[in-house]
Amino acid sequence: MNKPLRRVAIFCGLLMLALLVRNNWIQYAQADKLRTDENNRRVAIERYSSPRGDIIVDGEPITGHKATKGDFAYKRTYKDGAMWAPVTGYVSQAFGANQLESIEDGILTGNDDRLFFRNTLDMLTGKNKEGGNVVTTLNGAAQKAAYEGLKKQGGKGSVVALEPSTGKILALASFPSYDPSTIAGNSLDTDTKNWQKLQKKNNPDDPMLNRALREVYPPGSTFKVVTAAAALEHGLVDDADQKTETPLPWIMTGTRTELKNDGNLPCKDATLREALRVSCNTVFGKAGADLGNDKMLETARKFGFTEEQFTPVRSSASVFSDNMEPSQVALSSIGQFNTAATPLQMAMVSAAVANNGTLMKPYMVDELQSPGLDTIEKTDPEELSEPMSAKNAQILQSMMETVVNDGTGRNAQIPGVTVGGKTGTAQHGENNSKNPYAWFISYAKSDDGSSPVAVAVVIEDEDAVRGDISGGGLAAPIAKSVMEAVIKSKQ
Amino acid sequence: MSSTTNPSTQHTSTIGAIGAPSRRNTELALLVFAVVIPVFAYANVGLALDDQVPAGLLSYGIGLGLMAGVGHLAVRKFAPYADPLLLPIATLLNGIGLVAIWRLDQSERLQASRTFVEAAPRQLMYSALGVALFVAVLFFLKDHRVLQRYTYISMAGALVLLLLPLVPGLGHNVFGARIWIKIPGLGTLQPGEFAKIVLAVFFAGYLMVKRDALALASRRFMGLYLPRGRDLGPIIVVWIISILILVFETDLGTSLLFFGMFVIMLYVATERTSWIVFGLLMSAAGAVGVASFEPHIQTRVQAWLDPMREFELSRAGVQDGIVHSEQAMQALWAFGSGGTLGTGWGQGNSDLIGFAANSDFILATFGEEIGLAGVMALILLYALIVERGVRTALAARDPFGKLLAIGLSGAFALQVFVVAGGVMGLIPLTGMTMPFLAYGGSSVIANWALIGILLRISDTARRPAPAPAANPDAEMTQVVRP
Repeated sequence: MNKPLRRVAIFCGLLMLALLVRNNWIQYAQADKLRTDENNRRVAIERYSSPRGDIIVDGEPITGHKATKGDFAYKRTYKDGAMWAPVTGYVSQAFGANQLESIEDGILTGNDDRLFFRNTLDMLTGKNKEGGNVVTTLNGAAQKAAYEGLKKQGGKGSVVALEPSTGKILALASFPSYDPSTIAGNSLDTDTKNWQKLQKKNNPDDPMLNRALREVYPPGSTFKVVTAAAALEHGLVDDADQKTETPLPWIMTGTRTELKNDGNLPCKDATLREALRVSCNTVFGKAGADLGNDKMLETARKFGFTEEQFTPVRSSASVFSDNMEPSQVALSSIGQFNTAATPLQMAMVSAAVANNGTLMKPYMVDELQSPGLDTIEKTDPEELSEPMSAKNAQILQSMMETVVNDGTGRNAQIPGVTVGGKTGTAQHGENNSKNPYAWFISYAKSDDGSSPVAVAVVIEDEDAVRGDISGGGLAAPIAKSVMEAVIKSKQ
Repeated sequence: MSSTTNPSTQHTSTIGAIGAPSRRNTELALLVFAVVIPVFAYANVGLALDDQVPAGLLSYGIGLGLMAGVGHLAVRKFAPYADPLLLPIATLLNGIGLVAIWRLDQSERLQASRTFVEAAPRQLMYSALGVALFVAVLFFLKDHRVLQRYTYISMAGALVLLLLPLVPGLGHNVFGARIWIKIPGLGTLQPGEFAKIVLAVFFAGYLMVKRDALALASRRFMGLYLPRGRDLGPIIVVWIISILILVFETDLGTSLLFFGMFVIMLYVATERTSWIVFGLLMSAAGAVGVASFEPHIQTRVQAWLDPMREFELSRAGVQDGIVHSEQAMQALWAFGSGGTLGTGWGQGNSDLIGFAANSDFILATFGEEIGLAGVMALILLYALIVERGVRTALAARDPFGKLLAIGLSGAFALQVFVVAGGVMGLIPLTGMTMPFLAYGGSSVIANWALIGILLRISDTARRPAPAPAANPDAEMTQVVRP
């Protein structure tokens, strides 16, 4: 009987071996995946086990923490939560985290590898673990001006302000917004109720949507700045004051449809300066069609279209289409048809012009700090592209300044400051039945010719009479107050 | 060779007469470790949870030490030649299991549960009962061959034990598995654990008698020796019994365990590979057949194939007539979060598993708190018990002893595989417990009895043959010497 006994022994050995192999598989090979699985409650327990680091604006925290009972030791608190929500995102005991709170979770919780040495030291000296801080580039006054402006105006909308020379994001507002404190960890019932109220399916306002980065709108006439840059860069026009060959009425290439202007405007053979001042559709539509799809797309891409931006919070990619008919290119070149842009994208356009043709990569995290406030990582401004030469940028600047001084953008004038801008009123909906979007993009220039701020403002779905909605009327005052806030804070 | 000098070395022709060492002192030394290691673990839990050595440390240490001491003395007295490893390993597993159960008793999450009771004191009592049964086995069972007399009584006993949970009023259904019986005033009992041993006795007795008929009367077909139809009878009966268990008690694990044990013993008794082929085919057919109409088994299989989906269904509170459980996923997370070295005693969150964290799922607590290294050590300890059991079977001199030893150790190995494999997601989860580690009176008591029987067989096997009566030939040789 001993031979089968030995075989049974081998069989039993194989059973044990299978257990050992499986054990290594789940505790070694798969361990990290299981350990960091978002559904694994230990991840949340760990995240809330120590006071979370803060998100800092202008040297002051806009977040805080509070001790709670139960599994989680601490919860997040927010100051002016609704105003800052597009920047911070939320971190909720029940619903996880998003945006900055999620991307910089490692630093904020103190679990980042770069804090390992420090954590080990703390463990040895018996100190409790702490989270590091995230220092943002934002400007409190500008953010407040942007959010208050949107709130006063009442409709859905968004504001993005950039520092053209560096790409620092100075303001990032979205309205209507939500206060992340309401879902941070009050009690599971309360939080769930609040969370449900914020969901798009229960709330047509969709307050959790970060319009500044994640919503794309047809940019309307503000896109004419891009078309003007393309015309200058590709040599279609050499100067702002050179007459273009634009018939009026202009029938779109390859069609029998006339491209109309908004009213009876002096657009026949108008110069680029004049065309931008009164916002001629014919001049820029024809310029786009003459340049062709490829050249327009090339310039649009250089301004950042078709790419997602990582600020580090991801923004949606703005759209400029490929393979279009000449008439579609014409429509696209005046910001209609498929063209769509995020508010961030249009702020980048304005900033590139203001920065003499150099587009800086937009970013909102200036610095990551250890709990002891040492710098762990500092973001250096980074050049993204050069959509136009300095000379052409200056031509465009003088055109945009004419728009504010003497055209549709008068509402953005600031006494003693040079301001350039462009209004936009984008139609949308079938047969343009819905209320248009009101746009305004602008920049301010200081005396030495450098620009401290570029802004894009968009306001949607205002329940006002259509004629009242124009970028100049609704959006420009908000842009103005944001620019003023930045200029004032620099003094 | 002078016959007058040293009578004890006179008859060198007799095997074992050199005097095999009893190894009792080795066992004692190992037992010291088996007591000290859990005591340290216990202190560790207390330090991690409350920053102080737990108040019960001394009494726990004394309790475990007493159990080990009594066990050791009983072995020294009643089975002096028994295997020296089995008792220390069982003590170690039992002790460390108690620590884990006590640790889970301290969990606030589990304490918040409606059904929470302090399990550690009860488990300590069960362990003491188990050791008492162990001593009783060694004391009353002077020779394991006595059990051979009770072959058919064992069969009847096993059947009664297995059917008890089905008796109305006595049976007790816990989360779909009907494997408990409720004794008023005493608590619940899992008769399957005892049936395992009793069945092994029956199989060993039956196969010892029938092995020749089963082995020799066969036809050769496609390179296999096919048994005769009438000899297939017993295997089919056992198969039907396990299928019945599966259907009525919805207990995949016990069913697999009994059938596997029978196939192993049949193979050892007959030395015919064809039995294994039959066994595997029949168990596969049975499992698939039952699973196709039994929703409880289907859920288990689904939870095994996609534990994440089951977790989400459970979280979403899906009501489709099936109990969705997140436990399988929670157990995997516990293992994964433990990693290579574990979080340390008392610092894990394996209590997230919730219900049965200290019984069916106790291995996950070890996985999280002592890590891959600790669980591998535990698996190797189990492997060592099985290995000592197989060695006992090899050393046993009588076929009944061989069969009984291999049956018990094979069943032990299968149980460890089925439970640990289930908790680690290697196979579908079944409602059985890790021997010695898990909370559960029946399991601890029955497994101590199992160790007792293995020690008895091993004592008989390793005991030196009694010195034979004076050899008349030798006497005569002496006479003719001058």
